Amino acid sequence: MSSYDRQMEDLPTGFGKILAYHWALTLLIISASSIGFLMLFSVADGDISRWAQPQMIRFALGLTLMTIMAFIPIHIFRNLSFFVYLFALVLLVIVEIAGDASKGSQRWIDLGFMRLQPSELMKIALVMVLALYYSWLDRDRVSKPLWLLPPLILTLMPMALVLRQPDLGTAVLLFAGAVVVMFVAGVSWWYFATGASAAAGLVFAVFYSKGQSWQLLKDYQYKRIATFLDPSNDPLGAGYHITQSKIALGSGGLSGRGFMQGTQGRLNFLPEKHTDFIFTTLAEEFGFVGGATLLLIYLLIVVFCVASAVSNTNRFGALVTLGVSATFFFYFAVNMSMVMGMAPVVGVPLPLVSYGGSAMLVLLAGFGLVQSAHIHRPR
Amino acid sequence: MRWANDKKPKPKKLSRRAFIMLGMQVGLMGLLGFRMRQLGVEQTKQFRLLAEENRINLQLVPPARGLIYDRLGNIVASNTPLYRIQIVREQAINPMQVLRKLADIIPISEDEIAQVLDNMAKRRPWVPVTVTENLDWAQVAAVAANAPSLPGISPIVGAYRNYPKPEEFCHIVGYVGPVSDYDLSKIEDDDPLLHIPRFQIGKNGVEARAEHDLRGKAEIKRIEVNAVGRVMREIDSKAGEPGKNLQLTVDAELQRAALERIRDESAGVVLMDVHSGDILALASAPTFDPNKFVTGISVADWKNLNENEYRPLANKTVSGTYPPGSTFKMVVALAALEAGVIDANEQVRCTGSVELFGSKFHCWRRGGHGQVSLVRSLRESCDVYFYEIAQRVGIERISEMARKLGLGIRHDLPLPAIRKGLAPTKEWKRTVKGADWVIGDTLNAGIGQGFTLASPLQLAIMAARIATGTAIGPRLINTVGEDLMPVKGNTPLDINPEHLALVRRGMFEVVNGARGTARGSKITTKGMEMAGKTGTSQVRRITKKERASGVIRNKDLPWNRRDHALFVAFAPFDNPKYAIAVIVEHGGGGSKAAAPIARDIMLAALEKDDTGYGKLPSQKRRTGDPDEQTPQTPLKPRDRA
Repeated sequence: MSSYDRQMEDLPTGFGKILAYHWALTLLIISASSIGFLMLFSVADGDISRWAQPQMIRFALGLTLMTIMAFIPIHIFRNLSFFVYLFALVLLVIVEIAGDASKGSQRWIDLGFMRLQPSELMKIALVMVLALYYSWLDRDRVSKPLWLLPPLILTLMPMALVLRQPDLGTAVLLFAGAVVVMFVAGVSWWYFATGASAAAGLVFAVFYSKGQSWQLLKDYQYKRIATFLDPSNDPLGAGYHITQSKIALGSGGLSGRGFMQGTQGRLNFLPEKHTDFIFTTLAEEFGFVGGATLLLIYLLIVVFCVASAVSNTNRFGALVTLGVSATFFFYFAVNMSMVMGMAPVVGVPLPLVSYGGSAMLVLLAGFGLVQSAHIHRPR
Repeated sequence: MRWANDKKPKPKKLSRRAFIMLGMQVGLMGLLGFRMRQLGVEQTKQFRLLAEENRINLQLVPPARGLIYDRLGNIVASNTPLYRIQIVREQAINPMQVLRKLADIIPISEDEIAQVLDNMAKRRPWVPVTVTENLDWAQVAAVAANAPSLPGISPIVGAYRNYPKPEEFCHIVGYVGPVSDYDLSKIEDDDPLLHIPRFQIGKNGVEARAEHDLRGKAEIKRIEVNAVGRVMREIDSKAGEPGKNLQLTVDAELQRAALERIRDESAGVVLMDVHSGDILALASAPTFDPNKFVTGISVADWKNLNENEYRPLANKTVSGTYPPGSTFKMVVALAALEAGVIDANEQVRCTGSVELFGSKFHCWRRGGHGQVSLVRSLRESCDVYFYEIAQRVGIERISEMARKLGLGIRHDLPLPAIRKGLAPTKEWKRTVKGADWVIGDTLNAGIGQGFTLASPLQLAIMAARIATGTAIGPRLINTVGEDLMPVKGNTPLDINPEHLALVRRGMFEVVNGARGTARGSKITTKGMEMAGKTGTSQVRRITKKERASGVIRNKDLPWNRRDHALFVAFAPFDNPKYAIAVIVEHGGGGSKAAAPIARDIMLAALEKDDTGYGKLPSQKRRTGDPDEQTPQTPLKPRDRA
């Protein structure tokens, strides 16, 4: 009996799989999404067909996808990882060449029935390929410089493509996800310390390059950073989003102004009220209680994922679980920081809540991986 | 498939790193929660306010400006409806087509259509754009009838100020004009209406001085708007109040008569009721057309008005002050009588001049009047008599009497630039002129020359006070809205009635006596006899040399160096009803140039026999229909300020 067979024997089958399914996680995901439906209903001023309904349909699709993936053994995904990564990379190249120019940056591929955002897919694909790499790599080599090169290349290639779009938010998220996988895989502290110092140097370079011929970021990104540092500089221009967002958040108070009673979102003072800034409407209408509830749900999702990962001796499964949960974490952490004026406006949706097909489907697929890893963890 | 590395898992290491990561994540989430609390709970009040400010706009619906009526109930300042057509792009769907259709109904040129399309393109789709203005009712009706085929087109009714009797009331009513930055800097008024672009406010005359009553209060609508300014709904509204209607004391017919009489002169006439103080006519010539100011006066018109040496813009009745000349002699006589320095029978010898401290003071009559009593001195306007009694009574008592009779003090009328005139005192000369009062000054004051200055309004008041013996004050506005304005000062003056009677007798002789200076302007109708006093005030110094060779006659002098002609009067003598003051600038002698004018106007008033106030239409309490009340004017903002 090979080790493979022995491991397979331990895995649940049939009805056992349904029992092993992470029901709590699923419930939390449904809860977060339901909050999203409510908010999409509210910001559409009670028009369900505008955003809430399409979102529900996508969520139903995503949930089905997650469940199907949950019951597929995790090693199959491990085997597919590299191809998924390649596929996402090719799509990124395609958007670079033929992408639809939306909001001054190329992010979408129009598939007719939906607009696919390859950078979203890449977030999971990168986690998968890095998990594959570190589950394959011998433990002793993890911190060897040479063996650090492949994951860096795997990360930097899509990052470069995403930055070219340019989509700073996604690039940051990709990088953060990759760093987490490398961190939990056991890469030496020293690299992270060195990396942090290098990042500080880069920040300096970025600011130093402004106005120079080799300017590293586009003007609008500098403007966003400047606005972030002091939104009051330009309350009707660059600082408008953050100012209005803070007004909405602040006016919610402890218990909010009531469902569908928020004025900031309904009257369009909030930018991107159904996508990136939907959290402000939640906080405006349900107050601190509403916002904290969503944060608690997110926290539990992350905790459950980490708990599942640390009890999982399948290295790929554990790494993927941690990678997906970290990506998920970065989504909402960046989004919430952004709307609360703690981070620049970079265009990151609130996971499971913001309106949008790609992010929702990709995230649920990611949770499909988490579920699969959970169900098929060695016992 | 081999799970090489999975065989010897080191879960501990993975868990440790995983827990470290989880710890960081939870820490960050704690920070997010803290921030959420900070924004949402601790600063709620401030942010709620900001959210309300965001969404609520105040919309002002301007009130209808109060109307102004004359004594008879004629409208003298009205709001004329003004129709314009506006289009809303998003309602029109195809603005080009709609405008073409509109062009079939009312005249719009291709250029105008292009202009409108251009304007629309620049604005948000729900912002109304004016297509054409100044339409008449028939055109608007035609547009309204075709409304179903003209989506997005709506006729708007505004109002602009119109003065149906521009000549008669230009100086009294004044005019309105768009509020300017200069106005805003000058007035202490936080009425939000003033911040409506080109809101019309009173710029002159009663329009300006009664602005507060005429303006009314805006209806304030609180409108919920979205981020791009589109109106979502009306939250509530606070009712406005239309401006109050005013009724003037001025009789348009008498005003007309007065103006006709002084048409070609630079002159002013004040006719007032001696008992109520009602000003029945307040005419200043030449006049101007206030309607031109409403629509934005052209540079050429403005220049004409400003450079005309007859000063059409000035209201000479209150803003012009002149040496009162001999019309001041009643003041001197009364002061002397009251002081007891003369009595009715005292005679002064006039030889044509009097020599004092080396200066020679002349009587207008070179040969002199001989023995002169008080009544005769008034009748024949003997200067030497008044040199003598002025000396005796002194300037302080003269000026005190002048103020008692309404000269040298400010009379409060709702008119701009009311001048106080001057009843000089020794103290005044010391502080203002920096020189001591000399006896010559008193002599000059005795014949109403020198420093003494009075406006026609003051002279009319003086005549009214002499006629009635009361301290009657002028009254220009009868009612404000429903409120009746009180009569001011009909209390007896502290002057011996016998002295007043004596002076009145003198004034009667001026007009009716065989040798009176105004005998040519006598009213012969029984019971309407007029009593008055002529005045001729010099505007130049007559030199010794000129006097020796014969004083140059007025008609040989350039216009602006001729004497001012004045006349004050009251009538009927037995039972005074009206007082009048006339000034004809550089008109020559008072008896020739001013007295006949006064006689004619007085006669017109007496024959008309005022029957009191005409009834006004009751002021409708209209509430805010914006279409009806918005005083939209098609004017180019043109502020002279």
